[in-house]
Amino acid sequence: MTAPARTAAPATSGQLATFRLDGDLYGIEVEHVQEVLRSQQLTRVPLAPTAVAGLINLRGQVVTAIELRERLGRPPRPEGTDPVVIVVRLHGEAVSMLVDSIADVVDVDASDFEAPPDTLEGQARDLIRGAYKLHGQLLLALDVQKAVSA
Amino acid sequence: MDGLDDIVEEFLVESHENLDQLDSDLVALEQDPNSRERLSSIFRTIHTIKGTSGFLAFNRLEEVTHVGENMLSRLRDGELALTPARTSVLLQMVDTVRALLTSIEASGGEGAVEVAGVVAAITAAMDDAPAAAAIPAPRTGTPAKATAVKAPAKAPAKAAAKAPAKAAAKAPVKAAKTPARKTTARKATTPRATTTPAAPAAGPLDDAPLAVLVDELPEGANAVMPERTVEEPAAPAPAAEQTETEAPSAGGDGQARRGVADSTIRVDVDLLDELMLLVGELVLTRNQIVQNVARQTDTDLIRASQRLNLIASELQEGVMKTRMQPIDHIWSKLPRVVRDLGLQCGKNVRLEMEGRETELDKTLLEAVKDPLTHLVRNSVDHGIEAVEARRKAGKPAEGVLTLRARHESGQVVVEVADDGAGIDPAKLGAKAVQRGLVTPDALTRMSPADILQLIFLPGFSTAAAVTNVSGRGVGMDVVKTNIEAIGGTIEVESDAGVGTVCRLRIPLTLAIVPALTVECAGDRYAIPQISLQELVSLDAEKAANAVEEVGGAQVYRLRGELLPLVRLTDVLGLTSERHDGHVVIAVLRSEGRRFGLVVDRVINTEEIVVKAVGGQMKAIGLYSGATVLGDGTVALILDVQALARRALRTETTERSQEAARDAAAAAASSETDRQRMLLAAIGGGRRVAIPLDTVTRLEQVRTESVEKVGNREVVQYRGAILPMVRLDRHLGAYGETDREVLEVIVYSDHGRSVAIVVEEILDIVDGEAAVRSDIDDLGLLGSAVLGDKVTELLDVRAAILAADPAFYSAHPTAPATPTGVPASLLEV
Repeated sequence: MTAPARTAAPATSGQLATFRLDGDLYGIEVEHVQEVLRSQQLTRVPLAPTAVAGLINLRGQVVTAIELRERLGRPPRPEGTDPVVIVVRLHGEAVSMLVDSIADVVDVDASDFEAPPDTLEGQARDLIRGAYKLHGQLLLALDVQKAVSA
Repeated sequence: MDGLDDIVEEFLVESHENLDQLDSDLVALEQDPNSRERLSSIFRTIHTIKGTSGFLAFNRLEEVTHVGENMLSRLRDGELALTPARTSVLLQMVDTVRALLTSIEASGGEGAVEVAGVVAAITAAMDDAPAAAAIPAPRTGTPAKATAVKAPAKAPAKAAAKAPAKAAAKAPVKAAKTPARKTTARKATTPRATTTPAAPAAGPLDDAPLAVLVDELPEGANAVMPERTVEEPAAPAPAAEQTETEAPSAGGDGQARRGVADSTIRVDVDLLDELMLLVGELVLTRNQIVQNVARQTDTDLIRASQRLNLIASELQEGVMKTRMQPIDHIWSKLPRVVRDLGLQCGKNVRLEMEGRETELDKTLLEAVKDPLTHLVRNSVDHGIEAVEARRKAGKPAEGVLTLRARHESGQVVVEVADDGAGIDPAKLGAKAVQRGLVTPDALTRMSPADILQLIFLPGFSTAAAVTNVSGRGVGMDVVKTNIEAIGGTIEVESDAGVGTVCRLRIPLTLAIVPALTVECAGDRYAIPQISLQELVSLDAEKAANAVEEVGGAQVYRLRGELLPLVRLTDVLGLTSERHDGHVVIAVLRSEGRRFGLVVDRVINTEEIVVKAVGGQMKAIGLYSGATVLGDGTVALILDVQALARRALRTETTERSQEAARDAAAAAASSETDRQRMLLAAIGGGRRVAIPLDTVTRLEQVRTESVEKVGNREVVQYRGAILPMVRLDRHLGAYGETDREVLEVIVYSDHGRSVAIVVEEILDIVDGEAAVRSDIDDLGLLGSAVLGDKVTELLDVRAAILAADPAFYSAHPTAPATPTGVPASLLEV
């Protein structure tokens, strides 16, 4: 549905919903985004993978929340700052990601796309499809499918 | 004509239902070939399909049903007798019809389904009857001709009945359909002016908008039915057959039948699902409001919330009822399965059904369909013996397979019972050992009931195991998984030579379940009430005494029985927030085993709506779902079966599985027998170890209640007189003599019990890594280092005999193989 294999260079043009995480700018295809919520009460799930931050009640529907910082191998969010919840819909199932803050919807062009830099390490390498070179900043294209399948 | 697709669709839905009915009717007919009622019912069903197929230009379908109808009409009129051969061709016809319908459903056309063979077979089956020649041609022709005339009329009748439904939405009746309506009215009334019921039945077609929304197809079918009722007044209308219970009442005049048709309604399952979802939300909101209002003082508000509470409950019940269907829906296919399989295996099997009206939720019905069919097939295939074998065993040649369904304490219990050969635990056990699923040692300690459970092990479901071990294992693990997936359980009971019973327990509905909410480490969890037996709350002082705090194996003496305890915090890897020593135990039962789940506190009971959780959560295997509690927070629902399996691993057959795997790895070292030992002090600093599986109960007995019979000490216990043996004296140790309360280990076997008195229960340990020596003494089997101290291994048999010399000789098997106990001890 989403990203073909990395080698197939998913250099698509279109709109990305962007958000910030530990200082970096990430983007996911806007059509996957169902909604964005302010901080939600989380119910932790003992024994779940560490990236599972918990379950949230989305108007009666129980939705898993993935801590994207954990998923990307970033340090935990500083105390006292509330995450923002991005609810995405994949294969008809809603999943949510916890990020630092939400940013604009950005039009991207395939010609600006570049494969992930070789310096990228760890878990992040699997999840980031590449980068769009925006003015003065890189927009990291996140493979949302992989990111939420913790 | 865009209505055509709808008509075809309706036709398919109706025909499939009719076919299922047909299967069971045909099989029933075989049992009772003279039942004109069955014949009439079958005839009408085929007739209905044929009529519509003619109208819809499904020629091959028409051809098959036409010739089938001919045969049926002659059977009905008594011109032909029903023979097994004829039944077989009729069933063949049904199969062909089904194939055609499937093709129509898939491609919109009759596809490549061949009908000539069946037509020839039916014709041949008709002709071989001597009576055939004598039948005047016109007679056989009559029904066929009649239907040829009727056919066009009938289908339009459906179209017409449907048209107003559409008309209600779109404005006028379509021109294309108008003639059809006229035709129907004319056909239905004019040529059969004598059949008065036809008139009222045709009525709704004219003032359709009123009647139609209620019932589309059955109404249409009924509208043309009266003309046939005159011919077979006794038979129920096929259209009403989906409501079995109501069908008989439909046998009367047209008026009564209309009542049935009007009082039922076909609803899209998706719509019902949606309603169910909404009701679920309503129940949650109700919970929330009721909880909040409980803190208010406004009496009007309280009253309103009580009303809301009531209404929501009733609404929930009502919506749930709409989704309930009699189990007969899935049972109706089984007579055919049993018949075919019986023929195939050369067995004579009678299928009996009890409680076919028992209702359960449609989604659950779907979920149990396959497992049930599987169990039935198993019973016929492997359970019931061939005729010869049955005769030898002194049983009637005809095997009986009984399906029973009933409601029992909020569950549906479905039993598949046969009077076949049963499962021989010895053979089964041997097979399990051979397959490496269990060690020979472990097997000797298993009760026959435990051994039966082995058929649910995944490794058992291989083809080789099937034939050799009376075959109950085929896919039984899959059956079990499927049943557990819907929150049900399965158990097997078998008496070798007498028969086998598979019992399924299924919740009534999936969506809303009563649950107990508990708190653990600050979070709330829901435990379905279905597995909850009781709650035990112990204050710190009591808990300190009653809970045996021993390494790895905590037990609580619940009314004398040992209840293994499992701390939820341990299972979940959390830390309890309760430090006051208070212990709250939820006593749970799963797969026939009881255990106590220790939680921080119990919150309350409430009805929860089960929500699916994502794949990652399911993979953890401890949660069966999640729910939203009254205050809007999410709580996880504990999967009690998984919990039991995980927590009681060492106690269950999985231990055997593991042991088997270990054994395979460590090859020769058969010593990997992890026997659990109860350590007790007997005075003088001496400790003895007693295999835990020989212990039935731990009790405390007041010294003053000890009585004497001759020179033996006895104690009255649960209405029986228990002989006592004081282990200190028996083993020559010297304990305190002036104790008020005696610690007693009760050992029972074959209905006899003895009480072994020790000074103190110390611990429960794994005997596995123990260093053993052969230094023994009277009454001892040796010694070992258990828990860093030298411990004597008690010769339980000798101790018991000291208390009750007749203990083993009371039952015949004892002297040779002193059941289980000493045997396992000796092998240690």
